[in-house]
Amino acid sequence: MTLLYTEVEEELRAAVRDLLADKCSPSAVLDRAESGTPYDAELWKALARDIGVAGLLIPEELGGSASHHGGASAREAAVVLEELGRAVAPVPFLSSAVLATQALLTAGGDVAAELLGRLAAGEATAALAVSFAASPYAPPAPVATLGEDGTVTGTVTGVIGAEVADVLLVPVRLAQGTGLCAVEASPEVRVTPVTSLDLTRPIATVSFAAAPARIVARADGLEVPWVWEALARGAGLLASEQLGVAEWCLTTTVAYVKERRQFARPVGSFQAVKHRLADLWLEVVGARAAARNAAARLAEAPAAGPLGDDAAVAVAVAQAHCGAVAVHAAEECVQLHGGIGMTWEHPAHLYLKRAKADQIALGTPGDHREALAGPADLPAPA
Amino acid sequence: MAWDEASVAERARAFLAAHDPAAMDRLEFLRARFDAGLAWVHFPEGLGGLGAPRELQAVADRELKGTPDNQPGRIGIGLGMAAPTILAFGTEEQKKRFLRPLWTGEEVWCQLFSEPGAGSDLATLATRAVREGDEWVVDGQKVWTSSAHTARWGILVARTDPGVPKHRGLTYFVCDMHAPGVEVRPLRQITGEAEFNEVFLTGVRLPDSLRLGEVGDGWRVAQTTLMNERVAIGGTPSRRTMMGVVAETWRSRPELRTHDLHQRLLRLWVDSEVMRLTAVRLREQLAAGHPGPEGSGMKLAFARLHQELSGIEVEMLREDGLAYDDWTFRRPDKVDFIGREAGYRYLRAKGNSIEGGTSEILRNIIAERVLGLPAEPRADKDVAWKDLPR
Repeated sequence: MTLLYTEVEEELRAAVRDLLADKCSPSAVLDRAESGTPYDAELWKALARDIGVAGLLIPEELGGSASHHGGASAREAAVVLEELGRAVAPVPFLSSAVLATQALLTAGGDVAAELLGRLAAGEATAALAVSFAASPYAPPAPVATLGEDGTVTGTVTGVIGAEVADVLLVPVRLAQGTGLCAVEASPEVRVTPVTSLDLTRPIATVSFAAAPARIVARADGLEVPWVWEALARGAGLLASEQLGVAEWCLTTTVAYVKERRQFARPVGSFQAVKHRLADLWLEVVGARAAARNAAARLAEAPAAGPLGDDAAVAVAVAQAHCGAVAVHAAEECVQLHGGIGMTWEHPAHLYLKRAKADQIALGTPGDHREALAGPADLPAPA
Repeated sequence: MAWDEASVAERARAFLAAHDPAAMDRLEFLRARFDAGLAWVHFPEGLGGLGAPRELQAVADRELKGTPDNQPGRIGIGLGMAAPTILAFGTEEQKKRFLRPLWTGEEVWCQLFSEPGAGSDLATLATRAVREGDEWVVDGQKVWTSSAHTARWGILVARTDPGVPKHRGLTYFVCDMHAPGVEVRPLRQITGEAEFNEVFLTGVRLPDSLRLGEVGDGWRVAQTTLMNERVAIGGTPSRRTMMGVVAETWRSRPELRTHDLHQRLLRLWVDSEVMRLTAVRLREQLAAGHPGPEGSGMKLAFARLHQELSGIEVEMLREDGLAYDDWTFRRPDKVDFIGREAGYRYLRAKGNSIEGGTSEILRNIIAERVLGLPAEPRADKDVAWKDLPR
């Protein structure tokens, strides 16, 4: 296991970065944020089909590129997320290629295999109809129900990537136990955008009104293994997106304070400014180590099934650290840009909004810290 | 020859076969080890090494495990700072004379750099060395000198030309600590003990043969020493960490637990783990031949973590935190964080952000050398040292 980047990973990064530099400039992202179509379908198609990022977690036998024998893995998905974070790219990679994909991998079975094949090929995009604010340590009970006629009814709030999803994966209550259903986009599925803090990955409310569904998997009790597995693994990979966000903020701010002059000198020459950036740099260095560690541990874990202790700790440490670092980096970015940082015109706010939303997503840093009390053997007070 | 793991191990075994430590005087054994090139294998042949890659030292140490060692904790300044500087700048004669007794521990070294008026701004130091024939006459005062009272030699930076800007007028010497005019006084510190000394130098005469490097080149020579110091302070992994000590108290004293402390402790546990992972990644980069700038941040992170953890420990102990183990004015051989109690750890950790480059100076280094930010405008740049405002 290495915490460095392999050559293959660097090649993938370069391909994604080139594409984003071409198609996803900050001003283009900003323009799109106020349009009616917050997600960039064309960019997503290029990423999913041409570069093949949609199948990074999907095993080769199901049409993806993941394998334990030198194929892709969580490590590659993490590198893609770093670049997407650096560009606050409005594409449904996390929602479809990570969260929905992981739910299907955990569920297994024929329906999942068929859907994973479509996702890997970039023919379809999926979304997991679970609140983005859900914590893997307290996964929400299903709010939708599967009727006897095989249709799903219910409303799920706080869902990312639903606007562009061809298939929604929704946890449901069954007469006995719980299930995961696949619902194709149809008039019986209404996706209502919510005015969102994060302009580049907005949330939506998804209402199912007797929507035709296929059962992907069932569980006997009240547990929803597909959900918590997707949330836990997604949280581990989200750390790499947060690293990308933080890196953009640090790099952009350092460049700005070298240029911006006040009192007849670059503001970056003042120790009051440079010490803050040195501290931030150190946080980002730590974030890279923690995010890489989470990705490497997830890559070693089996594709589905409970995470081992090492991977679970790696995920929690990465989230506890990186979630806070991204927010701090974005806040410093706004502050050290001064007035321009408060404007709509400058892209800093896109990163602050993404960072703040990411801090809430898939468990807050505090949720992840508390989950470490057990593995760290630091029991809570009685 | 090109050394590898097998050949170094073979040489160590051959050495051990010919030198039975049980049948030899400890110092004789260490001298023989030095002469066999097994002291520091990356040093040149004839100077205690084999000219081998540095990482092969671990092989020699493994093969010689259990044999008498040179008590590295007692001679850290010699090993970590004086030796690399002598190797880089010493004459052949100086290397021959100093390195062997330095490594065996027969001669202890100390560092005569900081002065009451020159801490972070070391280059402004005022200790004067004036040439008189083949000798230099040194006058001044040094401070924060650990081991000065046991040292045979000191590495000394002194001003030899006050008429040029501060960085250019310095020269590096080896100071004979037994010379007349060298006076060592213990400097009692915040913990009650005296790890350090003040050293007063009054008319101390040093032969020119004790000069290390060229006259006026002392700043460059000192940089070699200081770089090695930060590596030594920031990079030493200890078996038991401060986090481990505090966690043990938390586990064994459930009555001390509060929700507030729990939240803060978990935060620091994450910080410790992130620092550990950063160090792992840094070592991987070094091993891959791509040393990253992350190293300069490690001491900064280490200091903050040590201070916060030791602070939380005293607070957590409540009434026990009101007690202190020992204020006796003594001179310890080495810093022992783990062997003493929480109050000592708290106070001694305050030095972690001051010694070997303050955290503020380290932030400047990161900002300027890693991030490429411009330096503060300087009032002392092109001014002769003697004309600087004081």
